[in-house]
Amino acid sequence: MTPVPFPDLLPALPEILLAVGGMALLMFGVFTGDRSSRPIAWLAVLLMLVAGALVAFGGGAERVTFFGAFVSDAFSSFAKMLILLGSIIAVLLGADQNERDGQARFEYPVLIVFATLGMMMMVSASDLIALYLGLELQSLALYVLAAFRRETVRSTEAGLKYFVLGALSSCMLLYGASLLYGFAGTTDFAGLATTLGTGEPAIGVVFGIVFLAAGLAFKVSAVPFHMWTPDVYEGAPTPVTAFFAIAPKVAAVALLLRVMMEPLGGLVDQWRQIIIFISIGSMVLGAFAAINQTNIKRLMAYSSIGHVGYAMVGLAAGTAAGVRGVLIYMAIYLFMTAGTFAIILCMRQKDRMVEGIADLAGLSRTRPMLALALAIFMFSMAGIPPLSGFFGKLYVFLAAIEAARDYPALYTLAIVGVLSSVVGAFYYLRIVKIMYFDEPAEGFDRSVAGEVKAIIGVSAVVTMFFFLFPAPLLSAAATAAAALVKG
Amino acid sequence: MSGLPILSLVTFLPLVGAALIFVVRGDAETVARNARNVALWTTAITFLLSLLLWIDFEPGQPGFQFVEKAAWIPDFNITYHLGVDGISLFFVLLSTFLTPICILSSWVAVQKRVKEYMISFLVLETMMVGMFSSLDFVMFYIFFEAVLIPMFLIIGVWGGARRVYAAFKFFLYTLLGSVLMLLGILVIYFQIGSTDIPTAMAFAFTRDMQIWLWLAFFASFAVKVPMWPVHTWLPDAHVEAPTAGSVILAGVLLKMGAYGFLRFSLPMFPEASVYFAPFVYTLSVVAIVYTSLVALAQEDMKKLIAYSSVAHMGYVTLGIFTFTQQGLEGAIFQMLSHGIVSGALFLCVGVVYDRLHTREIARYGGLVHRMPKYAVIFMLFMMASVGLPGTSGFVGEFLILVGAFRANTWVAFLATSGLVLGCTYMLFLYRRVIFGRLTRDDLKTMLDLDRREVAIFVPLVVLVLWMGIYPSSFLDPMALPVGQLVDRLKLAEAAGQAIFLAQH
Repeated sequence: MTPVPFPDLLPALPEILLAVGGMALLMFGVFTGDRSSRPIAWLAVLLMLVAGALVAFGGGAERVTFFGAFVSDAFSSFAKMLILLGSIIAVLLGADQNERDGQARFEYPVLIVFATLGMMMMVSASDLIALYLGLELQSLALYVLAAFRRETVRSTEAGLKYFVLGALSSCMLLYGASLLYGFAGTTDFAGLATTLGTGEPAIGVVFGIVFLAAGLAFKVSAVPFHMWTPDVYEGAPTPVTAFFAIAPKVAAVALLLRVMMEPLGGLVDQWRQIIIFISIGSMVLGAFAAINQTNIKRLMAYSSIGHVGYAMVGLAAGTAAGVRGVLIYMAIYLFMTAGTFAIILCMRQKDRMVEGIADLAGLSRTRPMLALALAIFMFSMAGIPPLSGFFGKLYVFLAAIEAARDYPALYTLAIVGVLSSVVGAFYYLRIVKIMYFDEPAEGFDRSVAGEVKAIIGVSAVVTMFFFLFPAPLLSAAATAAAALVKG
Repeated sequence: MSGLPILSLVTFLPLVGAALIFVVRGDAETVARNARNVALWTTAITFLLSLLLWIDFEPGQPGFQFVEKAAWIPDFNITYHLGVDGISLFFVLLSTFLTPICILSSWVAVQKRVKEYMISFLVLETMMVGMFSSLDFVMFYIFFEAVLIPMFLIIGVWGGARRVYAAFKFFLYTLLGSVLMLLGILVIYFQIGSTDIPTAMAFAFTRDMQIWLWLAFFASFAVKVPMWPVHTWLPDAHVEAPTAGSVILAGVLLKMGAYGFLRFSLPMFPEASVYFAPFVYTLSVVAIVYTSLVALAQEDMKKLIAYSSVAHMGYVTLGIFTFTQQGLEGAIFQMLSHGIVSGALFLCVGVVYDRLHTREIARYGGLVHRMPKYAVIFMLFMMASVGLPGTSGFVGEFLILVGAFRANTWVAFLATSGLVLGCTYMLFLYRRVIFGRLTRDDLKTMLDLDRREVAIFVPLVVLVLWMGIYPSSFLDPMALPVGQLVDRLKLAEAAGQAIFLAQH
């Protein structure tokens, strides 16, 4: 019996770094206690920056290791960069906020590092088992984060709800994966792709796809598996909500892309209807349900459901152009969302967080720059050109219209999509209206941490001026998409 | 032609002014004064620069002039592409001409948040000019849509009592139409492989494709024009917008829809345009007759002028879809004339509104005794609005009716009846506001136009008379592109006839 060769560790270097670094930070925190939460936060940022540099300079060439379970390619690199960026933003947003709330615990950055590690594993997974491992590592860290303010009922309720429903969705995903394994005899993505082929699949495979898609739809909070989102977003501490809205969403969408395009790539005709249904449901529900919200975090929850719906338009196209559209959409979404949540963190009156949309009244008088930034994000999310959100929608619809020549149902999807964006525009405009048209209410506290200001500023500039230099993002997304959709 | 990128300068100079105003700091008084001055100077210089376009324009040369082209998003073959022809030239000029007038008219009327107000107007000017000179679909769409943001704020922040409702209605109505056009643009992109407008104008789409695309574009332009029955946002927006906002809305934004028909629907989808012409005739005639009747019943001056705008734009759409040289030239001329005349009428309303803060017609009467200069100017624009010979209104309406008569006698007959109604409501308005006895005390103390207000009206008066007496300065440059358009449509008409004969 030949000895099993030691796997090549280089492709997984960023992940290994994060794993080792995360554990070191954890021990550091355990020995020094909560007073070192600030240094640990900065160290975590540094750690993720180094990991990001490793990903960036690791090259886009496809490298497979751990016996085909782990792949590092241009697609995973693109997704990892977005994930790391989202996690860094979440650590920065949380560091100051937790101190103000008397919640300065060293676990916060450590948990984010572990969640990030899980997400990076997810997007690099090339095997159903590896996929599940990454997903669960991420989820466990997220469950704890949601319940981070353990003395408040709201936060613990959010954590519990997320845990119960998350476990349920993991079950569905596992069930789907086991069905696929049962019919294909392998868990390897490449093996699945060849075994499942492109023809008419067995009914069990279809069931497997449906369960897998349902589990993943839960993770991206797409309709009809979105019910947890508003409650968890509202209940979790705001920096954690910001984190939920950015990094895990990007990771889950990337994972969904990989699963659908790589092992199930030949079965586009089988899963396309599911994605179209999910997409239309998310866009329409996101648009209509957000109208009556009074809490800005709940509103952002419905908004994120809607955004996932738009991103799915690109996946429904089932082409490289569609994958590229989704990746561009998620990158643009990251900046808009990060900026918006940074502004929500500034909503403090007399040193207490407020979350009512009405509290923004007259913000353009009391805090003109803050109001301008939020207006930019809102117009951008509504998809009004020349802001970046418009381009995000443009590229997914472009892909859908291109694919619609072969599959005319996509025309319907595109029409429903643009029409629901008009409905969605209503509630984004409502925030602008409250800030600009209404008389000023009690202003917000003036003390805002430097890093929060920086995040708002950078996000606003990126969102506003994306149209001037779109080429780098477009070509990076194109390379990433080409790595996923071969041929 | 000089090497200077005049078109880019004209388009983006206002943004520079906006950036300057944005960085102005100091106490409220200084900021407001500086903002006003910077805005006025920027728009004035922009206007002078745009005059260079007219001077250097060569009417005999086919195609687009002052063309600027640069790579923008090479991955998708989307370019930065600007240029004007005899049609769009005048719309660019109209935008640059009206904006300084708007700034000047808001000098005293706008006292709160002057800085933001001026920035909004400068951004708006860039969007308008950019829209009329874009030769790339994506650029066009960006400018077309981005107009909504400053206009939404102008109506919502500086508007009247029901401003929030009006601003939302304006925004959502227009957006709803536009997104369908966006899908149309994407379909075109995959047909021709780029988003270049001149390429698309020369491309022959299949007949079925043309019909679907025509409808997608129609959804957007019909709302913008606005055509009956999707005109209901207009009276609300006009009534609630500040005076300068109404001027821009009536003067330029309404023209965007009709410009869209001229630039896209007719040249790119000629067969579909022919196919849908009866449909457009119907809507136009209904707009002319119905909204004229509605205007008769209005108690609010701005609302009355708003409904008259819908009627006048009905003539424009009618003229465009006659597919005759006279009809098309008349439609373009009518748009320019209406841009100036309706803008001036809104300014006239603004003059008395600034003094009495009401637009209710019944609150006025006998103004001629106190405000003779105002009465004369108001009369001139009122006459231009009803199409008195010698004013700009006459030329446009006359040409449109000639074109309509050649295309369809009944349509011409019904449209002409709208002229009579138009006279009725305008004269009725004038009589109630200007003539009669001066009984109310607050009216007795009203002052006539001051020097600033006269300065606003003089250029408008000059233009209205110039366009009425010597229209050739405006008609000559547009003759060639309109002629090419008519030729293209003749072929389509012949093709339509052939299909009709084959089926029967």
